[in-house]
Amino acid sequence: MIDTVEELDPDGGKIIARADVPMESPVFEGHFPGSPLVPGVLLIETMAQASGFMLLSRLKFEKMPFLANVTSAKMRTFVEPGAVLRVEAQLEHDGSGFAATRAQISCNGKKICDSKLMFRTMPFPNDRLKENMLHRFSQISRPSAE
Amino acid sequence: MATTFEAVAEIIADTSDIPLEEITPEKNAFTDLGIDSLDFLDIAFAIDKHFGIKIPLEQWTEELNENSAEIDEYFVLSKLCARIDEIIAAKDA
Repeated sequence: MIDTVEELDPDGGKIIARADVPMESPVFEGHFPGSPLVPGVLLIETMAQASGFMLLSRLKFEKMPFLANVTSAKMRTFVEPGAVLRVEAQLEHDGSGFAATRAQISCNGKKICDSKLMFRTMPFPNDRLKENMLHRFSQISRPSAE
Repeated sequence: MATTFEAVAEIIADTSDIPLEEITPEKNAFTDLGIDSLDFLDIAFAIDKHFGIKIPLEQWTEELNENSAEIDEYFVLSKLCARIDEIIAAKDA
């Protein structure tokens, strides 16, 4: 869901990322027929992924954050195909084995949605996932954001 | 000023559907009150924020998984509150 990490501050627990909504997607066939809109759950997932990459970086890829709780989420307006989204996430609390974040998405300066999310942080279930996450992170990171 | 137990009991009541009067010091959060590990994350988060501490939940979980500790040692509320007081005292020392 995240295309580019624009800014990343692991110690400060902050990330700004960009997500480009495609013009076409099978998702739009049913949501909604003839009037395509990005489903709210995918916006939540986008905020979770931004939070997740920030936490991964903060944890130095030694543990994996898994979304455990969508404490709250507000969808404020519609998102159409082709939209360019700015995704921001901020660490709210760095607990023992868990972390809480606040995240929001905006488009052209207008807030689209915001959420409070909680993650379990735990050892990677396998080495392959860790390698794949490192690879994905290198793909979406700008040199200055790493 | 609320005692540690009173504050923890209010947190549990606020973050779960358990009536405050059912939350007593001798109850185990998991085995008596029926709180699961996901719900306990919310409680741990609220406790951390309320007291300005970081409960060593990972360490406790590891000790339970390794059978080097009994669940009552950490999650009977009177003992949980005593550990919270210890963490606060260590932080303030």
